[in-house]
Amino acid sequence: MIEIRFHGRGGQGAVTAAQILAKAAFYDGKFSQAFPFFGVERRGAPVMAFTRIDDKKIRLRSQIYEPDYVVVQDPTLLDTIDVTSGLKKGGKIVINTNKDIKLEGYDTYTIDATDVALEVLGLPIVNTVILGAFTGVTGEVTIDSLKKAIMDTFPKKLGEKNAKAAEVAYNMIKEE
Amino acid sequence: MSKVKIITGTSAAAEAARLCDVDVISAYPITPQTTCVEKLAEFVANGELDAEFIKVESEHSAISACIGASATGARTFTATSSQGLALMHEVLFIASGMRLPIVMMNANRALSAPINIWNDQQDSISQRDTGWIQIYAADNQETLDSIIQAFKIAENEKVLLPVMVNLDGFILTHTVEPVELPDEEEVRDFVGIYEPKHAYLDPDRPITQGPVGVPSCYMESKYNVQNAMNNAEKVIMDVNEEFAKKFGRKYGNGLIETYNIENAETVLVAMGSVCGTIKEVIDDLKQEGKEYGLLRIRTYRPLPINHIREALKNAKNIAILDKDITFGMNKGAVYTDLAGFLKDKKTTNYIVGLGGRDIRQDDIKEIMKHAEKAEDGETKWMGLKEQ
Repeated sequence: MIEIRFHGRGGQGAVTAAQILAKAAFYDGKFSQAFPFFGVERRGAPVMAFTRIDDKKIRLRSQIYEPDYVVVQDPTLLDTIDVTSGLKKGGKIVINTNKDIKLEGYDTYTIDATDVALEVLGLPIVNTVILGAFTGVTGEVTIDSLKKAIMDTFPKKLGEKNAKAAEVAYNMIKEE
Repeated sequence: MSKVKIITGTSAAAEAARLCDVDVISAYPITPQTTCVEKLAEFVANGELDAEFIKVESEHSAISACIGASATGARTFTATSSQGLALMHEVLFIASGMRLPIVMMNANRALSAPINIWNDQQDSISQRDTGWIQIYAADNQETLDSIIQAFKIAENEKVLLPVMVNLDGFILTHTVEPVELPDEEEVRDFVGIYEPKHAYLDPDRPITQGPVGVPSCYMESKYNVQNAMNNAEKVIMDVNEEFAKKFGRKYGNGLIETYNIENAETVLVAMGSVCGTIKEVIDDLKQEGKEYGLLRIRTYRPLPINHIREALKNAKNIAILDKDITFGMNKGAVYTDLAGFLKDKKTTNYIVGLGGRDIRQDDIKEIMKHAEKAEDGETKWMGLKEQ
């Protein structure tokens, strides 16, 4: 079983990202589960969401403390939150930032997802972009399933744009 | 055609009500139930469900409206949680006393004070004596399946009691996972059409419902509810079997589910989603050559005492988990219900997960170890901080 933790701010779609990833894994023929950190969500406040992916039915109902991967949607969170808390040694972390960041002890990947989102979507909403980057980095789901999951999460036009945004990020991070 | 969707527990509950073609819904939103009634309102607005959605100003009114609707012969559904369920309390007795087969989804959530929106089972446990059948689901699929089964159980002429299907707040209500939505026609064929003989509206045959029960008949009325509960045990088992034949899924014998119980001296007894975590731990420990068992109570009312006793006959140490507390006894309600019937065993009680305190795999392991060494009758609050 692999476990993924998403860090974002309320309104950035971290919960939606975790759910889309769960759908994509399911389209790949796996079992999955996604849930928010059970808290009181407010726009702009730090939030977390989680995804579990496995080859068999997932029965575990406790929260995730030692993720295999961490995704950070907002670079300002790095100053206030220990995003690597519990991340397995050598675990991969994907960060939305325009800076070159390396987190000691972890496999760090960066992408300027805000820039990609502005270019492709015309809006600074990064959740589907960073999912594309996550898919490129980890290969835990296929890009085709990710696009399918995005398409059936949003209305048609918006879905197509977001799937495109994910693909752009996927290719960008693959080329690095 | 059935199809699999990645949905939350509250969506699964709403889908179940839609599949059962309910006639009337009345509910008041409360976290973490809200998305269920939002979804149902959407179904009605989109024309996907031909039902009357009665908007009300409180849960007390919601269940009262459901009683009125059900008394006309309509298939009726409601959903609530925590304080909302507590506010319904006095009216819940009326639903069972009038023998109205209302089905309710309850998102298990702690009661105030302090204010807490997270999971435990104090809310539904506190309604155990209201004459409602109580089922506890362990995942989102079971939530959907149990609501479909609930209408068939409730409307059975030998039962005619309301049914509450409980799912753990947030842990299930806000978690998405794969859920198979059965074919609509097959569900409607399975639950059938509700044609009450005792409670319906017909201007040509006026009847009085819910009149005064004077001392000369009140006791019989309550005795009949108890008899209906007795009958429900068999009906729940039959419906579970019938459901398995039609849809390919079953939940133990409908009343209880056991896991690795035949190999184990120490058996945990629990209800709801924590049973998934317990099964994980049992499998992990099995790899190390250690055997533990689980008895999941799926139906808490009627409480299937004989089935529980039979399932536990070879167990030595019985660890009973409670997501609730009976103040002044330092025990949970499940423990107090069972201990008297398990006098020849060592029973211990664990108060777990109150107000959303996470139950980790290590907590389960600690319970297993403790149950082996503890004295009979001990109670332990798990994960309690020093004060």
